[in-house]
Amino acid sequence: MEQQRRTRYTTVSIPVTLYERIKRLIEGTGFTSVSQFVTYVLREVVAEMEEEKLRSEAVTEEEKRAIIERLRRLGYL
Amino acid sequence: MVSRPHGGRLVDRTVSPRRAERLVEEAKELPGIELSPGLAADVANIAHGVYSPLEGFLVQEDYLSVLDDMRLGNDIPWTIPIVLDVDPSEITGVREGDDIALYYGGKPLALMRVEEIYGWDKREYAAKVFKTTDPGHPGVRKTLKRKELLIGGPIDLVSEIPEPFEKYRLWPKETRVLFELRGWKTIAAFQTRNVPHLGHEYVQKAALTFTDGLFINPLVGWKKPGDYRDEVIVEAYQALIKHYYPRDSVVFSVLRMEMRYAGPREAIHHAIVRKNYGATHFIVGRDHAGVGDYYGPYEAWDLFKEFPDLGITPLFVREAFYCKKCGQMVNEKICPHPEEYRVRISGTKLREMIKRGEKPPEYMMRPEVAEVILRHPNPFITEDEAENPR
Repeated sequence: MEQQRRTRYTTVSIPVTLYERIKRLIEGTGFTSVSQFVTYVLREVVAEMEEEKLRSEAVTEEEKRAIIERLRRLGYL
Repeated sequence: MVSRPHGGRLVDRTVSPRRAERLVEEAKELPGIELSPGLAADVANIAHGVYSPLEGFLVQEDYLSVLDDMRLGNDIPWTIPIVLDVDPSEITGVREGDDIALYYGGKPLALMRVEEIYGWDKREYAAKVFKTTDPGHPGVRKTLKRKELLIGGPIDLVSEIPEPFEKYRLWPKETRVLFELRGWKTIAAFQTRNVPHLGHEYVQKAALTFTDGLFINPLVGWKKPGDYRDEVIVEAYQALIKHYYPRDSVVFSVLRMEMRYAGPREAIHHAIVRKNYGATHFIVGRDHAGVGDYYGPYEAWDLFKEFPDLGITPLFVREAFYCKKCGQMVNEKICPHPEEYRVRISGTKLREMIKRGEKPPEYMMRPEVAEVILRHPNPFITEDEAENPR
């Protein structure tokens, strides 16, 4: 029988007070658990941070060095 | 964290020196168009990401979408069409898909892939962008004089335009590194075409109180007659910053871009451009980018509400005035005193004083700033200079 592929999970800790706040917050929404909500929010935040990282990497180290050199010459640094 | 570039990626249409050399050679074999100073500045701004996500001049679909919906064809907010106008005689034999060379001052500036050649209705442009077709409006007058056809397509920059204020010219890539090195997470950008008076200083310092850094970014380039000359603006700000600003909290840099005087639409455009420079906040004052009485004093504020996805936070700051009772610069939100105590700083009055060679009172303008302006024999742009920009 083909083995069913399942998402693997791990445990992270959040303060109980925050857990309770989220639990109250998601009542009556489409979120069925605090874990589901936290996963959703983290995905959004992580995507944004990844994009940010990509963007900072858009300037190569060499380019960055040249920019810093020009900024120094012009008196900005 | 500085602002994400508009559209997600900072456009870079500059080329390596080696490729530029090759493209300059290619340019010799291509049909060429000589650009006005304003269009040359647009080319440089596209190439250096100031106009991200634009990779070139607008094609018709984007042009119409910007006119009608204030968004590019892909739904990204964009309010001022960046277009290249040409006479049919300039592009004889050029077909869509061809490459052409763009020249400035007789030298190759960029290569352009002509994706589309299309006609435009200048009166419609004026009615939608400026909300008037009155030729008394400087932007309308300039638009009606533009050429018959538009060409759209991406550009590749092969050389830089000369910049008299090279010391103060920074591109978005550079300001982003600079802001990061200074550790600024929130940056308030200030757009201006004027010399600073105490009202401007009040607004800028109010914004700086709540942000990590202030980015003062005056426009240099074509402006209407009677506006201040570029060198006067630059020198006046240098004096103000030197004497009254904490050096490490301010970045001053010029942006070569023509004023359009398109009021609310231009306010959004100014915000997008500063977002590309990395600013997180944008100061929107009274009658931003307005002229005469074509726009309501706070009409630009309303337009910002139509763009929840702009990606830069507008800071709506009311007009500042001096209150004799409060004994300081204030605004109507924080001053309870009646009009008789209020002294408003009128740009027109300031100009008249300066024209007469009078030093404005200190509650209007810092003496160091006034001295710098009065040192210029004629601090204002003449009719002739506005008609024939160099």
